[in-house]
Amino acid sequence: MSSSNDSIKKTLTVALLLCIVCSVIVSGAAVALKSQQAANKDLDRKTNILAAAGLLEPGKSVDELFAQIKPRVIDLNTGEYTTAVDANAYDQLKAAKDPAMSKALSNSEDIAGIKRREQFATVYLVEKEGKLDRIILPVRGYGLWSTLHGFLALESDANTVIGLGFYQHAETPGLGGEVDNPKWKALWPGKKVFAEGSMSPELEVIKGAVDPASSGAEYKVDGLSGATLTSRGVSNLVQYWVGSEGFGPYLSKIRKEGV
Amino acid sequence: MADTPKGILTSPIFANNPIALQILGICSALAVTTNLSTAVVMGAAVCLVTAFSSMFISMIRAHIPNSIRIIVQMTIIASLVIVVDQVLKAYAYETSKQLSVFVGLIITNCIVMGRAEAYAMKNGPTMSFIDGIGNGLGYTVVLLFVGFIRELFGSGSLFGIQLLEKVNDGGWYLPNGMMLLPPSAFFIIAGFIWLIRTYQPAQNEAAEFKICPNTQAKEAV
Repeated sequence: MSSSNDSIKKTLTVALLLCIVCSVIVSGAAVALKSQQAANKDLDRKTNILAAAGLLEPGKSVDELFAQIKPRVIDLNTGEYTTAVDANAYDQLKAAKDPAMSKALSNSEDIAGIKRREQFATVYLVEKEGKLDRIILPVRGYGLWSTLHGFLALESDANTVIGLGFYQHAETPGLGGEVDNPKWKALWPGKKVFAEGSMSPELEVIKGAVDPASSGAEYKVDGLSGATLTSRGVSNLVQYWVGSEGFGPYLSKIRKEGV
Repeated sequence: MADTPKGILTSPIFANNPIALQILGICSALAVTTNLSTAVVMGAAVCLVTAFSSMFISMIRAHIPNSIRIIVQMTIIASLVIVVDQVLKAYAYETSKQLSVFVGLIITNCIVMGRAEAYAMKNGPTMSFIDGIGNGLGYTVVLLFVGFIRELFGSGSLFGIQLLEKVNDGGWYLPNGMMLLPPSAFFIIAGFIWLIRTYQPAQNEAAEFKICPNTQAKEAV
């Protein structure tokens, strides 16, 4: 029997049948579960946006809470709102890889380590009684092992931080992974991004703990102990995205218009 | 006793543990054991993949041409792993995010392949299925043991529930950062092997060579 199994015809038949059966199973699973997976991803993203903005309330559905958030697309070069792409369908990370939608960054520009920056970015706005209440900006940048993806939420003065949270990273658990620690995240609210009248970002993560009595304490956040490179990465990515290369032009427009 | 279904199911757990005795599947045991919940999911995933791949391979074992048998085994294992990965993404999104690439890497887990080649190619589907579950459980036991120690001493918690209040959170426990890095898993697995071999001395291997006594320094004449 083994000799008949090893004939070329039998070998090819077995290989072909196996491939057909396996590919049907694999593609069947992928297609059948796709909508569920997409829903999970969407829910995860919305949860993170709400968490960064401090709007997450236990017991309330995420979709319900997300209804108060309006996604708008802005042109990062000018800082103006644009309708060039549809805010609900636009995939910012995909655009960052597309040469037609993004630009390569030189080493000196690329402090966040993202290599390419897209032209359009989605910002999420929360309005209360017709007035702008919170601005949520997508941020990303390189830490020690991985690109950290997250959201930075600012108050309507485009200067005071409401919160910072990352939804995707692969930093060392227990060290750099402490960026997810609620105790550390609680240090961010109330910090200022810019000094009075200036448009260059001041906010940074320092090494060690911040002395609350020192001057400029509102621009400094404690570093994570044992995670110098992750702390530096977070500092850089925040500075990049609120700086002139990131959302700087947009934020300065909001600040000029006043509250 | 090893030929009864019960023997096949239970012997890989301690007597013939795939990690402790066969030293297979160490790599993923290092990566997914920083906390218990990922260890549990990973153990369950490996159980299922080993059991079903062994069963399917055993079903068609009479028709597998010898020249492409490894490829046939890999194809079946890989398909099952992709299905498991897709299911996790759909129904356990948070855990699948933590496990990330390691679910995909079950394909390269030597236990799955080892059982397919060593057992399923020679035995019937039911016994192969039981054998797969047994070996998966053996892997899970080690994962749980390692995960328990790593999470308790590295993060002061079990299944994410804080038991030892950390200094960072205003408590008294200073977490052992070493426990969260891969080398600690090596030490703990080694400890596990030591423990098993203390209770089951039959597992001790005969020394392959004898270490010579130290040469004694003599005074120059």
